[in-house]
Amino acid sequence: MSNQTETQVENLKKLSTTKRQSALAVEAKGLVKIFGDNRAVDGVDLAIPTGSIYGLLGPNGAGKTTTINMLATLLKPDGGTAKIFGHDVQRDAQIVRQLISVTDQDAALDEKLSAAENLRIFGMLLGLSTSQARKRTTELLEEFGLTEAANRPVEKFSGGMRHKLDFAASLIVQSPLIFLDEPTTGLDPRTRNQMWKIIRQIASSGSTILLTTQYLDEADQLADRIVVIDHGHVVAEGTPNELKAKVGSATLHLRLENEKDNAKAMSIVQTVLNAKASTNEPTLITAPMADPERVTDLLLALRQENIRLSRVNVQEPTLDEVFLTLTGESKHEHEDKQTQKGANKQ
Amino acid sequence: MTTKIVPGVERKLKNRTSIPMTIRNSLTMAYRHLLLIRRNPEQLFDVIIQPILFTLLFTFLFGGAISGNITSYLPIIIPGIMVQTALTATMAMGVQLREDMDKGVFNRFKSLPISHEAPLTGAAIADLLRYSIATSLVLVMGYILGFRCASIEGAVAGGLLVILAAWCISWIFALMGVIGNSATSVQGISFAIMFPLTFLSNAFVPTNTLPNWLQTFVKLNPVTYLVDAIRQLFNQGTIGNDFWLSLIGIGVIVAIFVPLTVAAYMRKIQSE
Repeated sequence: MSNQTETQVENLKKLSTTKRQSALAVEAKGLVKIFGDNRAVDGVDLAIPTGSIYGLLGPNGAGKTTTINMLATLLKPDGGTAKIFGHDVQRDAQIVRQLISVTDQDAALDEKLSAAENLRIFGMLLGLSTSQARKRTTELLEEFGLTEAANRPVEKFSGGMRHKLDFAASLIVQSPLIFLDEPTTGLDPRTRNQMWKIIRQIASSGSTILLTTQYLDEADQLADRIVVIDHGHVVAEGTPNELKAKVGSATLHLRLENEKDNAKAMSIVQTVLNAKASTNEPTLITAPMADPERVTDLLLALRQENIRLSRVNVQEPTLDEVFLTLTGESKHEHEDKQTQKGANKQ
Repeated sequence: MTTKIVPGVERKLKNRTSIPMTIRNSLTMAYRHLLLIRRNPEQLFDVIIQPILFTLLFTFLFGGAISGNITSYLPIIIPGIMVQTALTATMAMGVQLREDMDKGVFNRFKSLPISHEAPLTGAAIADLLRYSIATSLVLVMGYILGFRCASIEGAVAGGLLVILAAWCISWIFALMGVIGNSATSVQGISFAIMFPLTFLSNAFVPTNTLPNWLQTFVKLNPVTYLVDAIRQLFNQGTIGNDFWLSLIGIGVIVAIFVPLTVAAYMRKIQSE
């Protein structure tokens, strides 16, 4: 009897571990991709839970697209492993392809065919009947506002329209995991908002979304969690708020009237804002500003010490600043990485 | 979009593509090629202009010299031209495939859960249309010039044999297309293979007029058997040894080149 109970407990334990593991839509460990001398992706770990919108944030050449291409079975990793819903991307490639859809940075469409023909062909390849494919094509063209352009060859499309059609093609059959590589790069604000709305919609119906972006703002708007990568490494991971807290949601620029006050002002800024400030010119102090409330305290403190300011302004952080802050923080842990990065930045 | 989709972990999936699915995907790809041809009808120029032009040109140019007059040259030249135009049309397979693989849309094909041979087989199936056009046009031109087949069955069988042979031989060029670096280099290599094969055969001239060393090559050339088989079908309405030899020949080509092409293709799309 006791033996039986033990086996039951064992089984329960096993079940719960499998469940926990398979709850991950993407699980990558130590992914590496080398192109010649360039380690484009250099040991990326990802654990993306099912049902979330995950943002892969990084500048051009950070390794975002290469990472996605490996997860989407389009590139063979040179090291590490990746699993999609528990299926290895190399061993079970054809299963993985049934679980994903990919929207490429450059639209992967038949230039000579019309928008409708493109969608119809993809639909039929995905197993829809001719009439189902036709119906789905009409629906998608409508949803993306492309009905009028339905019969025009894609080569006559604008960049924005191409992007939308490419996205539509990924939604013919809604996959559990959708990769979007820079879905809104080069789009006008209105179209961008439209795309965001559709992305949220598909996420709410149960698809997991991994999107890459160069825009902090976009990652902030859409993503539940963000991974920041630079030079093929993950440099930070967390919710948008956690990352912003690290970086400061904006940068405060203080212009001093008198450069003699610099040292004193610096120490006040650092104590009041509780952040690392920097001074590139004697009269200029910049500091990350997480909480606008604190600025009031800071200005009061400066007045008390009789430090006069000639200008105060607040700037939204650029991606560069995010990276400087994030890579700066990991300096002690990754000394060697840092020197390489420094060389590249100059 | 409001209803929830089936979660990824709960789906029962297979890691391989079934044969019915491969056939379905191939037919869809063939349909895609037909749509591409409809958008770009100039893709058919070679199989329309070449049969018309070459039939007229060769008949009037060589008819008198080789057979004394045009009418008696027709039974020799029509099967010859038919094989030559159909085989020349197969070269486009390699070039088209190369161009197609360089297109952005191929990236999507690679990430779709489809049979990955389908882009190849689909293109090959769609090309049957091209060979049929070329073959029919040569027959029509021959008819206008006064050529008559011995029987309707013979004419149909001969035409089908040419189309089948062209389809099989197109896999040689498909392989060139897959392993070639650019469309231009594929075209160059294809010409270098095709030109001697078609001209150094009995397609245009009787073998016994050639120097001995060339006769040896011509007699070994599979195109010679194919041309003879068709001449027999057209002029006598009968099936001879050459017919079976041709079938064996093209069967061997398919047995060698289809697996090679598919393997090279799979390596190419997975290599990066």
